[in-house]
Amino acid sequence: MPSAARPRRRRGFTRTYLTPKQAIPRRARVILAVGSFVFVVGVWTLLAALVQNPLSALFVPSPYQVVLTWWDMMVNLAFYNDVGWSTFRILAGFLLAAVVAVPLGLLMGSFEAVRSFFNPPINAIRYMPASAFIPLLILLQGLGEDEKITIIWIGVFFQLVLMVMDIAHRVPDEMLNVAYTLGASRWTVFYKVFLPATFPEVVDALRITMGWAWTYLIVAELVAAEHGIGSFILIAERYLRADRIIAAIITIGILGLITDTLFAVIHRLAFPYVQKVRA
Amino acid sequence: MSEIQIADVAMRFRTRRGEVRALERISLTVPDGQFACIVGPSGCGKSTLLMIAAGLVTPTEGEVLLNGKVTLEPGADRGMVFQSYSLFPWLSVRRNIEFGPEIKKAPPPDRRKTSSELIRLMRLDGFADAYPSALSGGMKQRAAIARALANDPEVLLMDEPFGALDAQTRQIMQELLTDIWQRYRKTVLFVTHDIEEAIFLGDVIYVMTSRPGRIRTTLKVDIPRPRTFDTLTGPRFTELRNQVVGIIHEESLKAVESELVRA
Repeated sequence: MPSAARPRRRRGFTRTYLTPKQAIPRRARVILAVGSFVFVVGVWTLLAALVQNPLSALFVPSPYQVVLTWWDMMVNLAFYNDVGWSTFRILAGFLLAAVVAVPLGLLMGSFEAVRSFFNPPINAIRYMPASAFIPLLILLQGLGEDEKITIIWIGVFFQLVLMVMDIAHRVPDEMLNVAYTLGASRWTVFYKVFLPATFPEVVDALRITMGWAWTYLIVAELVAAEHGIGSFILIAERYLRADRIIAAIITIGILGLITDTLFAVIHRLAFPYVQKVRA
Repeated sequence: MSEIQIADVAMRFRTRRGEVRALERISLTVPDGQFACIVGPSGCGKSTLLMIAAGLVTPTEGEVLLNGKVTLEPGADRGMVFQSYSLFPWLSVRRNIEFGPEIKKAPPPDRRKTSSELIRLMRLDGFADAYPSALSGGMKQRAAIARALANDPEVLLMDEPFGALDAQTRQIMQELLTDIWQRYRKTVLFVTHDIEEAIFLGDVIYVMTSRPGRIRTTLKVDIPRPRTFDTLTGPRFTELRNQVVGIIHEESLKAVESELVRA
């Protein structure tokens, strides 16, 4: 047989990288991930270098300058104190919201009577932005910690309760029915089947709403606060210190990344049976 | 003795477009140790009938009797196997199988003995500690059947348990189920839309009509047991199949026509 006719598998660039939903080589994935970081820092450095006007240069610090500023903030301005205050407020507001929202959401998802009663008001309030409540809460509660915590509570609670309700509502009927035909009572079905069936997704919902909590906190602190990352940012603005603002914002990002990783670790340890698609 | 009786059961749903009659005066008795199959066109209400038998749905009229006694609630005496979502994903195969005995507060050594036996019988060896997400579709259903059997129910209700499996796996599962049934001689009520499956497994086949569901024909399957793969190619099997196919085809046509009239 002549050898020319044999078809060969093509391994071109298009085939590897431009086929929708096609996995790419692991090395390429790592290079792209690192590359995106390098790209962002690179563009930023370039912009900082291009700005010639000294006044403008003040507002566009280089990445290196920001790192130095961050260190200076920690050592000389006790920035860790503000980080601590903000973290405390987040944790308090978030935990208080979760402690009420998760049980209520589970009840709303499983009992139509509870759902019919709570759903209309919660759904309506969900569309009222938490930040719009700040002036009202300042009038009611003053400028203390309870005002900050309440804002986070409002921002997290109404979203979380509906997410949990939805999760509970999606538990397949078959799963509960099978338990009944295995001799389980209503109560046994509730705590041995229904609750465990919702847990992994509830932890996911907590992770997502935790991210939103940071937004509400910073807004609350920007409006009025004595300590906290938000108030630090506001003071930095008064002194025209863009480098400090950027360093503070990046700190929030890192804190978010840490909490997110914590939730992911909890998820993996508590629910080893869930097979997750790699994010 | 474990006999389940469905007595004059009717089911009607109220919808915005008026009342829908899903099931109309159905009566049947599955005597002790019989394997009864219900086949019918899709939407004929055969799954609803099984849910009623399990006590998970309350019929508009009629009642379900177990050994002559009226049943009102679901219970461990009528074990059920569903088509999907049936295993608890957070429990290992063994803990899934032990779920019923655990609720009954059976002593742990007894539970373990039961589950070990069923794991071997259902050919799940080596997967006792695996989570359901690690199992294939066929293995999942084998575990689900094992879980129902672990409870030693009076009656086993099966709602298209092999409906989501591929043809080869389904065949293997049917053979396994006949073996298991020969061993335990449970009273079984098995719902399927697969005619060959019904003939291969059943002692009796109830053929249902399209909506409103009624029992149109009752057929005795006089193919001797134990049935094996060769049963499928026998002349009696073909004969019975052609008979049921004819009836179902007629009913499916009726269903389509009535949909056209309504539209």
